Amino acid sequence: MSATAGQAVQLRADFDLIASWVQPGERVLDLGCGDGSLLKRLIEERGARGYGVELEGAEVLAAIANGINVIQGNLEQGLAGFDDQTFNHVVLSRTLQTVRHTERILSEMLRVGREAVVSFPNFAFWQNRLAVMGGRMPVSEDLPYEWFDTPNLRFFTLLDFESLCAKMNLVIRERQVLDEAGRLVTEEPNFLGSLAVYRLGR
Amino acid sequence: MITSGVGIVAAQRTSFNQPLALQGGSVLPAFDLVYETYGTLNAARSNAILVCHALSGHHHVAGCTADNPANIGWWDNIVGPGRPLDTERFFIVGVNNLGGCHGSTGPASPNPATGKPWGADFPVVTVEDWVASQARLADHLGIDAWAAVMGGSLGGMQALQWTLSFPDRIRHALVIAAAPKLSAENIAFNDVARQAILTDPDFHGGHFYEHGVRPVTGLRLARMLGHITYLSDDQMAEKFGRRLRVGAGSYGFDVEFEIESYLRYQGDKFAGVFDANTYLRMTKALDYFDPAQDFDDDLARALARARAKFLVIAFTTDWRFTPARSREIVHALVHNGQAVAYAEIDSAHGHDSFLMDEPHYHAVVDTYLKRVQL
Repeated sequence: MSATAGQAVQLRADFDLIASWVQPGERVLDLGCGDGSLLKRLIEERGARGYGVELEGAEVLAAIANGINVIQGNLEQGLAGFDDQTFNHVVLSRTLQTVRHTERILSEMLRVGREAVVSFPNFAFWQNRLAVMGGRMPVSEDLPYEWFDTPNLRFFTLLDFESLCAKMNLVIRERQVLDEAGRLVTEEPNFLGSLAVYRLGR
Repeated sequence: MITSGVGIVAAQRTSFNQPLALQGGSVLPAFDLVYETYGTLNAARSNAILVCHALSGHHHVAGCTADNPANIGWWDNIVGPGRPLDTERFFIVGVNNLGGCHGSTGPASPNPATGKPWGADFPVVTVEDWVASQARLADHLGIDAWAAVMGGSLGGMQALQWTLSFPDRIRHALVIAAAPKLSAENIAFNDVARQAILTDPDFHGGHFYEHGVRPVTGLRLARMLGHITYLSDDQMAEKFGRRLRVGAGSYGFDVEFEIESYLRYQGDKFAGVFDANTYLRMTKALDYFDPAQDFDDDLARALARARAKFLVIAFTTDWRFTPARSREIVHALVHNGQAVAYAEIDSAHGHDSFLMDEPHYHAVVDTYLKRVQL
C-alpha cells in the first residue's frame, strides 16, 4: 500500500470518529480545515452547520469550491472575533503539532466551543521509537516529512498531551487511538497507536 | 481591437416617476438612472448580478464605448466571457448611483422646481437611498431577486445594505475591500477632502454651475489626498521611491519627485471630469453608513435579518479598510450562523487591490460565483 493510500484510509478513520460525535444541527468549527473535506462530510452526512478556518490561499479556494463557509486566518493569532461558546465542537485535526502557541489554541478552542476535538500523530508510536533508536528521525504515514521540511513544530506523545491537559485542567471526555491502518488500538496505545483523537471539555 | 471582454457597450437610461423618500427626510419627486448591461437575462430572470460602484465609479463597468475604444470600463478585467463575472452565464448590471455625475440624476441635473441645476440643493443621498433606487431599477428590469450584488469599497457597502434592505431580493452578497462603517480616521480623510472643495472660491456654495466655473483646485486636492489612501506604502516605494523627474533637486516647489507628478496628474485628470457636489455626497454616504447604529452598535444583530450568502474579501495592504474591518462583518455573520466565506488576499496594491487583475483574487470570485445556482 502506498503512503498516500494508507494515509487516506487512516484519514477516513479519523473522520469517521469525529463524524460519529457530531449530532444533527450542531455547529462545528474546523481549525485548519484545508479544502473542507471533513466539514463537507459533517454537513452532508450529519446535518451539521459548519465553519472552517484555513491559512493557505490555495486551500481556501478549494474550500470555497466545496461550498464551505471558510474563513481565511492564522490560528497562531488565536480565535479573536469568534464569540464565546458559539460552537458545539471545535476540531483541530492533525494540526496541533504545527501550532506554536499550543496552550493558547487549546484554551481558545474551549472558549469558542463547548468541546474540543483534537487529533495528532503520536511520536511515541513504536515505529517512530524504532527510527530514533536506529539514529534517524521517523518518517511515516503520520509524520510524512523529512526533518528539514516538516511543518511540524511540536513532537509529543499521548502521555505528554494528557499531562498538558491535566496541567490546563482540561477534561478528557473520550480518547480513541488508531494504528497506521486506521484500526482502533486498545492495548498499549502510547506504543501501538500512531494517531490519537481526543474529545476535551472544561 | 477588443479581443476579449464584452466589446462595445452602450448606456441606457430609465426615468422613475414615483417619488423616492430619502433617508435624510427629503423626497425626490422623480429621477433618472443610467446603466449598462452585459450578457443576457435568462428566462427565469435568476442570473442577474448588480455591480455597485465606489466613490468615483459609474455605470460603465466593462467593455468600451463605440466612440472611444480606449474608454474601457472601470472593472473590465473581471467581466466578460470566461471571466469571473461570466457574461455567458450571468446578466450583469452596472448603474450610476443617484447623485452621481455620469448621467443619473445628480447635483448637475436640472431642479424641476427652478429649472436650474440642483447644485447645493441636491439632497445628500445615503447607501440606503442608493439601494432603494437600485431596487426600482431591478423592478424595471424584471429582476425579482439578484443572483448576486457585488462591489468594492463603497460598492461593497451597497452589497451589504442590499441584504438588509431587501433580504429576499439578493441571494449572494460579494463584499470586497469594505467595512461595516467608517472609522474616525476614515471620516477625517473624507472631511479634509470636503474642506478642500468647500473652501475653493470657485465652489460658490455648491452653485458654481451658474457662475460658469468649477472648483477644480479643491477637487484636485481632494482626489490627491484620496489617492494616497488608495495605495500602499510598499507600492508607492516600489513604483516611485524617491526618484526625481529631473536629475537633481532644484530647491523650489515645482514638480520634482515622481510621486508628486503622479498625484498631480491623477488630481488633474479627476478634477477635469468629476463633479464636486457629487464628490461631497459620495463621501457623506460613506461617513453615514453604519447599519449597526440602530442596534446598539451590535453588528451581529443588525445583520441578523440578512438571508443572503456572503463572500467577503479583504486585501493585506489595504489600510483604508483593513482586513480587520472585513473580519468584523465576517464574525458578525458567524455569530448569527449565517453563510459566509472570507478570503484575505496578498496584494501590494492597497485599497485599490480590488480593481486589480490579481489571479488568486479573481479565482476566489470565479470559484464562488460558479457555485451560485441559477
